[in-house]
Amino acid sequence: MFKILRMILPAAALMVMFATAAKADERYKPVLDETVVKECGVCHMAFQPQMLPKKSWQKIMINLVDHFGEDASLNAKMTNSIEKYYVKNAANSGWRGGKFMRGLTDESAPLRITETPYWVREHNHEVPKSAWKNPKVKTKANCVACHRDASRGNYDDD
Amino acid sequence: MNISRVLLARSMVAIAIVATLALLPGQSASADQRQQIVEKTTNEAKALDPNFSGFSADRGKALFLSKQATGKPDTPSCTSCHSSSPLNVGETRAGKKIAPMALSKSPERYGDLEKVEKWFRRNCNSVLGRACTPVEQGDYLTFMFSQ
Repeated sequence: MFKILRMILPAAALMVMFATAAKADERYKPVLDETVVKECGVCHMAFQPQMLPKKSWQKIMINLVDHFGEDASLNAKMTNSIEKYYVKNAANSGWRGGKFMRGLTDESAPLRITETPYWVREHNHEVPKSAWKNPKVKTKANCVACHRDASRGNYDDD
Repeated sequence: MNISRVLLARSMVAIAIVATLALLPGQSASADQRQQIVEKTTNEAKALDPNFSGFSADRGKALFLSKQATGKPDTPSCTSCHSSSPLNVGETRAGKKIAPMALSKSPERYGDLEKVEKWFRRNCNSVLGRACTPVEQGDYLTFMFSQ
């Protein structure tokens, strides 16, 4: 009995370690830019720029007058400053693409984070369809409904 | 002991003075701005209609509750996001809470001309598919100030 335990325990410990390591990487640089936090954050959480490619953010910022069905237009100065921040920190801004570039190219420009292959894969695995119907969730854009620390870039709580 | 008591009393007085100074101009400034917004809107209404006879809270209420068909399909009414009463908390389509629109519930509202103009520009376009007239804006504000 003791012998079996001695064999199983290290293996179990290793498995736990790997599982934690795999789970603990859903952290993104929090959005600290004041204009972004204030202007985007007034209607929805200011999403982390690492979640869409540059072209997506450009496409979004050029059409704020019809922003997912609402007029979210801003003056030119703010629009430019927000676009600059998002392009600078986009999923494909580094020398190698971030996680959200999986299945996408520099030419891709999905308009919703929830349409990216990476987001779809991550959520299809773990989220039952019924969860999306919860009135507290309301929309897939409402990250904080489930990820309490999403606005601080922490999505490890799934 | 005595000295520290005096110091404590003095610092309390100092804090009270600073707090009063910080608070007073802030409050009167936003009340001033609110007044200016109403005056500006009144002037605009008069410029468009020499017979303009004043804003109406009742018309503002009707506008707030009305269902429109000319704007964006997801936002047919003010109530789509602001709930059916200005006294209640609303919610954006993305699930974020919106403080009540009634001035009595959100006393800091309508104290910044730029902000007021920004939201009229956006939301009139979203709900009505056009800019609101000065009368509509004034009616709306009058309704919110009366609540």
